[in-house]
Amino acid sequence: MLPRRMVMAEAPVTQSTASAPATVEPTGAETTAWSRFVESDVLYSFTRSPVTVTAAVVTAIFILSAIFAPLVAPHNPFDLASIDLLDSNLPPMWMEGGDPRFFLGTDDQGRGILSTIIFGSRISLLIGFASVVLATVLGVGLGLLSGFVGGVVDAFIMRVAEIQLSFPVILTALLIDGVIRGVLNVEKSGELAYWILILSIGISNWVQFARTVRGSTLVERNKEYVQAAQVIGIHPTLMVLRHILPNVMGPVLVIATIQLAVAILSEATLSFLGVGMPPTEPSLGTLIQIGNDYLFSGEWWMVIFPGIALAILVLAVNLLGDWLRDALNPKLR
Amino acid sequence: MAGNPLLEVRNLRVEFPTRRGILTAVDDISLHIDPGEVLGVVGESGAGKSMTGAAIIGLLEPPGRIAAGEILLEGRRIDNLPYEQMRRIRGLEIGAIFQDPLTSLNPLYSVGEQLVETIQTHTDLTHSQALSRAIDLLAEVGIPAPERRVEHYPHQFSGGMRQRVVIALALCVNPKLIIADEPTTALDVSIQAQIIALLKRLCREHGTAVMLVTHDMGVIAETADRVAVMYAGRIAEIGPVRQVIQNPKHPYTVGLMGSIPSIDQGDGRLTQIEGAMPRLTAIPQGCAFNPRCTKTLDRCFVQRPDLVQVEETQVSCWHHNKELAHA
Amino acid sequence: MPDAPVGAPAGASDESRDGVMRVQGLARYFDVSPPLLNRLIDRQPRQILKAVDGIDFEIAKGETFSLVGESGCGKSTVARLIVGLYKPTAGSIEFEGRDIAGLSRVEMAPLRRRLQMIFQDPYASLNPRWRVRDIVAEPLRAFGLETTSAGIERRVGELLSFVKLAAADGAKYPHEFSGGQRQRISIARALASQPDFLVCDEPTSALDVSVQAQILNLMKDLQREFRLTYLFISHNLAVVSHVSDRVGVMYLGRLAEVAPAKTLFTAPRHPYTRMLLDTIPDLSMSGRDRTPVAGEVPNPITPPSGCTFHPRCPFATDRCRAEVPMPITTPDGSIVTCHGVEEGRVPEGPVVAGA
Repeated sequence: MLPRRMVMAEAPVTQSTASAPATVEPTGAETTAWSRFVESDVLYSFTRSPVTVTAAVVTAIFILSAIFAPLVAPHNPFDLASIDLLDSNLPPMWMEGGDPRFFLGTDDQGRGILSTIIFGSRISLLIGFASVVLATVLGVGLGLLSGFVGGVVDAFIMRVAEIQLSFPVILTALLIDGVIRGVLNVEKSGELAYWILILSIGISNWVQFARTVRGSTLVERNKEYVQAAQVIGIHPTLMVLRHILPNVMGPVLVIATIQLAVAILSEATLSFLGVGMPPTEPSLGTLIQIGNDYLFSGEWWMVIFPGIALAILVLAVNLLGDWLRDALNPKLR
Repeated sequence: MAGNPLLEVRNLRVEFPTRRGILTAVDDISLHIDPGEVLGVVGESGAGKSMTGAAIIGLLEPPGRIAAGEILLEGRRIDNLPYEQMRRIRGLEIGAIFQDPLTSLNPLYSVGEQLVETIQTHTDLTHSQALSRAIDLLAEVGIPAPERRVEHYPHQFSGGMRQRVVIALALCVNPKLIIADEPTTALDVSIQAQIIALLKRLCREHGTAVMLVTHDMGVIAETADRVAVMYAGRIAEIGPVRQVIQNPKHPYTVGLMGSIPSIDQGDGRLTQIEGAMPRLTAIPQGCAFNPRCTKTLDRCFVQRPDLVQVEETQVSCWHHNKELAHA
Repeated sequence: MPDAPVGAPAGASDESRDGVMRVQGLARYFDVSPPLLNRLIDRQPRQILKAVDGIDFEIAKGETFSLVGESGCGKSTVARLIVGLYKPTAGSIEFEGRDIAGLSRVEMAPLRRRLQMIFQDPYASLNPRWRVRDIVAEPLRAFGLETTSAGIERRVGELLSFVKLAAADGAKYPHEFSGGQRQRISIARALASQPDFLVCDEPTSALDVSVQAQILNLMKDLQREFRLTYLFISHNLAVVSHVSDRVGVMYLGRLAEVAPAKTLFTAPRHPYTRMLLDTIPDLSMSGRDRTPVAGEVPNPITPPSGCTFHPRCPFATDRCRAEVPMPITTPDGSIVTCHGVEEGRVPEGPVVAGA
């Protein structure tokens, strides 16, 4: 029985391949990362949320004033020549006894509070960023290794992660900090304060990156584009770095933003406890520690203003991280 | 076509407002289902067939909404009912079978509990009466040892068995119409045949009408009385199944039937339609099929063709529209 | 080919074929036991999943050999064994006379150029973060086939044109393409290294039927133009009948029947093959009432004893329940693994399934 469609074959539906467009989308200019960002839903949701825009602006102000601190701050609090002990403990400008040179007053060494906040934020942000970078590299690397190799390596890394998670982050940072200071001489530790802080905060924060990346790696590893690369014979290391890594980086940005806030707070806490930045190069936390001693003698400005600055910075970064997480979550869109 | 149709869809339009504009997933379609008949709705991905089924049963996911048209069940409008009233109709008068039996059943409740819950929601039976009816239903759908299996959880059934349970769930309060959306796609071929045979038999015995939404022409050939071929949110052709399959009129249906490989065809080339179905954002003006059609007339690029009767089927194609002869 | 009477063991006439691939006794087991702690505490036994349990077949140069079967039959595992994604538990895979079954990644490297694969899922088989031109160029770079960026660009454009895509499509990302187009990109990537042998794992199962027709036609054209040999995996018998020269039917890790396509579809021998053919819907609308296959595919971890098909077979005897059948060759060139066929018990004509 000849099927009916054989009769239809004489009126073919095929067109000549030259004229039929194969692509469905109109061929326009090549899309770059920037053009895709501008068109994306992410930017759209950003502009629709006033809270997020405010948070971004505040963070930008902090970062910019930290970068351009010498230009922005009225004085340089680390230039010992410009500090006069006679200017110490002055109240803010609008209060009785205030000096118009020092807008927010001075601390016990005669440094302007506003200037020390600006320079101090610079230190806080620097340490915050650097430790997050360290934590990201460490965490993503271990997560990829754990997820891709599996087996004993995976089990070992995850157990270490779980053990570390059972300690509070500050405790871990204190521990690492103390170990490093004990290994090196106490005198040297003043110079190396930056590095010690970056190391200790970075090492105590890798776990969240690793666990997330491990989960994504496990998912991506079974996908067929990875198998296609294996069939081509790509070396496993290249495969992880060039194929899997770009696909697991999505959540990492969100975690990094939120971890930045955590890192800044951790540094402030360590400095407050006296094992962070020394008073000669104070971060926001050190300022709070110094000012704390003077709180009950009535010179409240030395602790309140750095405290407010810290709180605002951490809040802004946190809000940015929250928005980023929601914006990048495909299920919520 | 004596008597009134059970389900009537008139000029249905389903839209999705997005920030880039309004996407029309279903664009002005009309169809009807008579009591007890099986209407197949066939089309490829993006044709809008699942949206049609979802709109009828009132399960369109927001922001999708019915923008125009009417849906009438036994003469009463159901598309504009408030949620509570629609909920009562759903299950009692219109049942549903979806593609994935794994997610259609709640994994935390036993199969019997789910059946009893549905039965008790729509009838006045006591718990024990409902339970015995559930056991009868499981037996009817071919599950061995139903008294024992009624207490089992969905994960204790295989894929084919789960789909049988889903069919039992859909039929348990004797609805007049069942919307079946790709009921066999996720199953092995030999199980597919079993499930199709079961569905056919049960619907015939209970007098239930079925709207069978699928991309598989073979399933339609076996099961449906009439079939509607959808393309880009519109109906290309609708008519008795034998006519549409063996004597297709719309060029898309012709190409579709030619693309299906069959055992008796031998080694020749399959008929292929160049290009692809347009995305919802880029539907051409006039007839949606015009970029891929070899029989285009000038009018095809300008005006969308109406659905007209040609012999036993209705076709939406200017080529078959007799009025055009005089245009 | 010498006539082998029913009952003669298979393999008697292999030497005369110009085989590019020969698989013998291929097996792959997976250990799916519960973790050690659970096994100790709950006293659960070890569980071995025999995904592929001893199969033999041959593929001649330029032909299309299909493996067909339902889920759990092991055909996808065979595809991955052939291409080296899994190591076999037993058996040999001879590619152009050389056993590639146990080779390390380094040893396999020169052969990979000639042995490539096309995957089932068009959405997962292309890296979503890479541009199409980099995806297609990856084999060129990996095998050192093109070293200059101009050469790569030229070759990528050429490959894209083979699969009826535009060279400008190389700048786009996979998500900008439809399923059928992505599958074309996969094919272009597979062709980049000028392979001789392509393993196609359900290449059209995820595509709409009209797109499937385009891809199948394309694959046929490419096979003719580049003299390719295909191992085609599918669960769709109609597609298989359209593309294959020879077909192997798998069930629970074993081959039920291997035959030339014409023979398999006109005169199937094994009861499973016959029941499987019966599941193909009848588009010629002859009104034939199909009797579907009874039962379901059993759990592959605990397969039935003897011939694994016996619970669903209307011709099963005690011997079928106890003894694993061996492959035999029939006069028309089929290789069947069935006691009933061997004993001449299985009658001609359509198979009626038990309830």
